[in-house]
Amino acid sequence: MDRFEWGNGNLLQGETQVKQQHGVRLHDGTDKTAFDRGIITLTSHRLIWTDSVQQTTLVTLPLSLVLYAEEVPAGRGKSPRVAFHLHPAPPNKPPGPVMMSAHSYIQLSFKEGGETEPKAIHAGIVGIERNLEKKWRDTDENISQAFEDLNKLMKKAKEMVDLSRTIANKIKDKQGSITEDETVQFKSYLLSLGIANPVTRETHGTGTKYHEELAKQLSDVLTKPIEESGGMMALSDVYCRINRARGMELLSPDDLVDACRQFEALRLPLRLRVFNSGVMVIELVSKGEEAIIRQTAELLNEKKTLSPDELSQSTGISILLAKGRLLAAEEAGQACRDESVEGIRFFPNLFLNPPTR
Amino acid sequence: MASFQWPWQYEFPPFFTLQPNLETKKKQVAAWCDLVLAYHKHHKIFNLDVKESQSSPLFNNTKIDRKLSTDAIYSILEELRVKGNIEWTDKTRAQCLVMWRTPEEWGNLIYRWASGCGMTNTVCTLYELAHGDDTKREEFFGLDDWLLKRALRTLEKQRKAEIMSFGTSEGVKFF
Repeated sequence: MDRFEWGNGNLLQGETQVKQQHGVRLHDGTDKTAFDRGIITLTSHRLIWTDSVQQTTLVTLPLSLVLYAEEVPAGRGKSPRVAFHLHPAPPNKPPGPVMMSAHSYIQLSFKEGGETEPKAIHAGIVGIERNLEKKWRDTDENISQAFEDLNKLMKKAKEMVDLSRTIANKIKDKQGSITEDETVQFKSYLLSLGIANPVTRETHGTGTKYHEELAKQLSDVLTKPIEESGGMMALSDVYCRINRARGMELLSPDDLVDACRQFEALRLPLRLRVFNSGVMVIELVSKGEEAIIRQTAELLNEKKTLSPDELSQSTGISILLAKGRLLAAEEAGQACRDESVEGIRFFPNLFLNPPTR
Repeated sequence: MASFQWPWQYEFPPFFTLQPNLETKKKQVAAWCDLVLAYHKHHKIFNLDVKESQSSPLFNNTKIDRKLSTDAIYSILEELRVKGNIEWTDKTRAQCLVMWRTPEEWGNLIYRWASGCGMTNTVCTLYELAHGDDTKREEFFGLDDWLLKRALRTLEKQRKAEIMSFGTSEGVKFF
């Protein structure tokens, strides 16, 4: 009974009356309350009990608090009842007739019939639930539609990019009658669209002047910090550090990656390395790296075959580092791999250095 | 028939793992292509069923407990297809024809034999050609019918031969 609030007989905005029944008594759980001989009104929002005599005495129960309704089997001499199981009261519930109730359900007893009406209440609740569901579905559809528009936009953008690529290629091949000036102008349009200089063969390999300059800058700034953190730093860390240092004119991730790809070509002492897992790091190219590869290859020749575990044991380095060295040797063509159920193992690269018979 | 001589790679475990290093992979796949063709040539087999091949000694060396994955097998077969040595019999790539010599190469071999024996301007049946006493020592002895015909057709294009049919059997005339 502590879920009820005092009411004033006014309907809420948008509230409509559904059903009314006379001769209804409210029970707190199974206990009788003073709210006897009343009119129970089911609206679209609430359950309202009004005293038949004192029409100003009115208590209301929001339907949102009703969990479910069930018929209570009638006892001898007792009027038929319906129980409403309720949700707990919300913390800021307006004052009502009862402060605290031990029961989380109420019962309505029907002296003048109408006990089957609660089914209508139930139906009313289901109806409200259906309305809510419909609202959610509509919202969902709206969002999907909005995304469809976005997809269409992206498709158009792709077509634009493809078109400009085609034109860029045509310029490259000097087809069509385009003047020098127009060529320069078009190239600048392409750049603003994000397509690198079409004259260079691929954005991947050679990149723009901007990325080259950026690469030199990065190398100056990053060499010492990377040295200090053991010769290797995750690209995400690099990204954060660089942008924190810049303050303004932040680098985009794409620009960072493209600049890093230029390290090798520009003979800078850093390298972008992508692991199989997709993780990207910037690492120092130490003069020692080639020596380590050579050392690993020699060890491989001596032992005929090595697993990362075996290498780690014989050189006293961690298994992860040992695997890294073997992979580096493989990359340099000094080793080849053997994958089996037992794991991965490396051999001298006899494919490139065949055994003499 | 002498037993097949496996190349040194066959005993080398990494041979059965498709190498990630491109340069290394090139050498590896080339070696596999040679092996596949040599194996089929030795056993005079002209076709390959991918599923069966997985368990054949060709791709499965039980001695070192290593075998090629299906992906690796398809990579090698694709390389052979590009070189003209195999041909898929259907879109599902379940089976293929194996030509350790291309039809042109076969055609030339056959024609060399034919003109060497003075067989020009005479007719011989396809059966005689591939299974006769006269050709026992020739490499094309035992050639599958479909491949024999393809070979002869390349000669036809060069006007060096003409395929004819007599009732149920077929023959060829060399010019």
